[in-house]
Order: sequence, then structure tokens, then C-alpha cells
Amino acid sequence: MSIVLFKAILVVALFLISLGIAAYSTYAERKVAAFLQDRIGPDRAGPFGLLQPIADGVKMFLKEEIIPNLSDKFLFVLGPSMFMVTTLMVSAVIPWGMPLEIGGTMYALQVADINIGILYILGVVSLGVYGIMIGGWASNNKYALLGAIRASSQMISYELAMGMSVVAILLMTNGSLSLNDIVASQGEGKLYGFINVSGLNWNVFYQPVGFIIFLICAFAEANRTPFDLPESESELIGGFHTEYSSMKLGLFLFGEYINMFISSAVIACLYFGGYNFPGIEYLGTILPHNIVSILSVLVLFGKIFFFIFFFMWVRWTIPRFRYDQLMRLGWQVLMPIAIINVLLTAFGITLFGN
Amino acid sequence: MQLTNRSKVVTKPEMTWVEKLYLPAIFSGLQITIKHLFKKKATVKYPEVKKEFAPVYRGMHVLKRDEEGRENCTACGLCAVSCPAEAITMDAAERKKGEEHLYREEKYAAKYEINMLRCIYCGLCEEACPKDAIYLTDRIVPSEFTRGEFVFGKDMLVEKLDDRIDVSKRKKSYTI
Repeated sequence: MSIVLFKAILVVALFLISLGIAAYSTYAERKVAAFLQDRIGPDRAGPFGLLQPIADGVKMFLKEEIIPNLSDKFLFVLGPSMFMVTTLMVSAVIPWGMPLEIGGTMYALQVADINIGILYILGVVSLGVYGIMIGGWASNNKYALLGAIRASSQMISYELAMGMSVVAILLMTNGSLSLNDIVASQGEGKLYGFINVSGLNWNVFYQPVGFIIFLICAFAEANRTPFDLPESESELIGGFHTEYSSMKLGLFLFGEYINMFISSAVIACLYFGGYNFPGIEYLGTILPHNIVSILSVLVLFGKIFFFIFFFMWVRWTIPRFRYDQLMRLGWQVLMPIAIINVLLTAFGITLFGN
Repeated sequence: MQLTNRSKVVTKPEMTWVEKLYLPAIFSGLQITIKHLFKKKATVKYPEVKKEFAPVYRGMHVLKRDEEGRENCTACGLCAVSCPAEAITMDAAERKKGEEHLYREEKYAAKYEINMLRCIYCGLCEEACPKDAIYLTDRIVPSEFTRGEFVFGKDMLVEKLDDRIDVSKRKKSYTI
């Protein structure tokens, strides 16, 4: 199998998996919400309501398509498509598992192992705000514009703290920005230098503060509660997607769930060892290589699903921040803590070595 | 000036450093919500599972028959008189020869109508009835498209011979 064919298959698979997980995230969101509120949730469409996302999708497609008369029609259509494209692009640099061995050649389960992987993620994620901004502005609606402005300022504020918490990780991996290196470095070595469990050398044990900062920023980047100010239904009637209907609204909502999936994947890769799991080396000696690879993929998805659940769990627990609180938290709390965290990490590395 | 000694001075103390972190509060909140994940759900899956009505529930009326299938109602009109909403009207008629298997006594209601939109489901008709003829049941009044259709005649109210309606629970609640 040629490398191009393999990558093409991987790209299509990732595309379908992203969409599928996003679709079932909407279902999971409703189920989790219901269970946390002592209800049952959707259970009419199919067994346990498992066909609900399909019903929702069909509904979205069949709804009337409305483009407001006074909107900028080209940008109005461009907004949601751009949002969707950027969210789907991020999955390219994430290492989804150990390399597969097919016909004697190793195929990395990663679309592109570029050496600036983490920068690429930060860049593309912040590009996503253009979709929101363009969509909100082109709607020619004050609520949509307010939502768009909130989204962009929130993104900018939290990107800084997020970048800073990532810098601390980069210090630990000898400055490599490649996600593959970051994940691989968490699979080797001993935890704290003496706990000898293979594949448990996770960054979260070295960087708990950085992890919490990154997690909070990921919530803000994915526009999830408590930072869902851009679309706060109760104040801005939907924010940037007030004027959208039909599948264009669907793309916005869908993109958000893909965002959540991708942020979970990035959190798992940066802090929770990616596809590494305790005992991975031992399993490698007794099982065929490909089976361990598939196991590693499943482990990564397990971690991702846990974080998706965590996103939902938090959403149905805490209320929304006020806007000034959001800005104060971003600039006056998270930024200083993140910078101090970087300094302490640097000190730690110079004192104790890696 | 203090009017009562129940007044309280409300203060808004400055948050402590730990409180300003928000994280402890968020974690305790997360604990509370995760407990609810495993709690018994309050939902009743309605069309499959129906909740039993309380014995005092007052729903759609029924005109009872006795054990031999004869109508109990003698059209005395006490229900109509007791009705605060004036929802009940009836026409009395005399029982002919050969109709003994239909009506229990010599007089019966040829027409018996309850306007379900006027009715306030107070149950006074049931209390007034000396012949055990009218009862409020746990059935829900069906919905109709026009106001006229809500005037239920004997076809809707008299219980069917092959579909008797159990009102023993209602009877019990009135033997105080």
C-alpha cells in the first residue's frame, strides 16, 4: 500500500469519525444533561434513542433556509463553512495511535507529522474564530454582532494563557513542537525518575497547574459553559448564530462539538500521554504489534470520551461567567499563573534535569 | 429606624483567596451533579407506563348500570340541581312495558347531557345522587375539535355492558 493511499484512507476515516463523534456528542449531551437532572433524555428514536442524531440531522436539512435580506450574502454563507473547515483541519496533526505495520512497512497513524504541530493547532483553532466573526458580522443583527465580538475577544484572551501553559510542556520535551514527539516522550522514562511503569510518564503529573490552565482555556476556546458567552441563549438569543437557520445553523452547532472532540484529543495528547497506557511495553512483548497499535487507539479514544463527558458534566454543573469576570479571569489570574508556571518549570528543569 | 427585631444586616464579604480560585466550589458542584447521575430517575415513560390516579381523582363521569345491566338513573334531577356550574341537563321518561331489562325503575333519563366545558369536576353530582347512578372516574375527558362536541350525551356517559367501569374506589372514599 502506498503511503499516499494510506494517508487518504486515514483522512477520510478521521473526517467520518469526527462527524460521527460530533453527531453522537449531541446525543450524549442530551443524555448526560438528562441524567444529571434525574431525567431519562431522548429514548424514542430507536433503542435508547440512539437514532436521535439522525432524526436531528434530517430535521436540520429539511428546515427552511433563510438568508436575511440585509445581510452580506457571500460572507453569511462563508461563516459557517469556514468554522466547520477549521475545526475539521485540527485533527490532521494529532497522533491517533502507535504506527501500524502493514506488509513490513510502518504507517504512522497521523496525517501529518509536522514539526510545528502544536503551533499549527493553536493557529488553526484561532482561525476558527474568523468563521464566528464573519458569520456574526454578516448577519447584520446586533445580537449576532455582540456574540461575534465576545467570541473574538474571548478567544484572544484565552489563547495567551493557553500558549503559555503549552510552553511549559515544550520546555519538558526539549523544545520539540511536534505532537508526535510530545506523546512519545510521555511513553518512555520513569515517572518522577523512580516509578517504573511503562507508558505512565504523563505530563499531568509534572504539570498539574499547567493542565488546569489548559483545561480552562480549552473550555473557553470551545465556547462551552462556563464560557459560552458568545452564544449565551438567555442574553443574546443564540449570539452569533441568531440569524442562521437550517443546515448552516447545523454546521455551527456541529462545529462546536467537533471542537470539543478535538480539544479533548489535544488535552489527552499533551497531558495524558496520548495513546500511551500503563503496561504498553509489556503488552508489546506478548502481543502482535498491530493489536497493541489498535489498543493504543482505543485507549486514546477512551481518554477523549472521558474529556468529552467532562465538558458536558461541567456544562450542567456551573452557570455562565459574567463578561467582566471572564476577562478578569483570563488576564489577571490565568496569564500570571501560566507565566509563573513556565518560570517554575524552567527552574525545575535546570535544577533536577529532565 | 428598626421596626421589628427580625431585621438582619446583610453584608457582602470580600471573597477569600481560595474562594477567588472558584475551583473548590466548582469541584463540590461537580460532586453534587455526579451523584445525580446514579440516582433513580423521576421520569415515567408515559404511553407504556401509566401512573395510577389517586382514589380522589375526579375525571370523566360515568352513568352506572346495576349488576343486571339496567341503568341506575331515575332522572330525579338532584345532580342537575346540585351542579354549581349548571352543566347537567336531562329529560325524564316513563319506562314502557318490556323495557324492564333496560331501566331499573319506572322512570328513567331519556336524555342526559353534561357539558364538559362547563363542568368543574367538583363531584357534587356524585354526592347528590341517591341511586348510585353517577360517578366521576379516573378517565380523562377526550379532546374534541368543536365546542358542541363537548356536550356529552348518554352515548358517551352510560357505561357499556361489555366494558363495565370500576368505581369501587370512589364509593369507598365516601363512606366516612
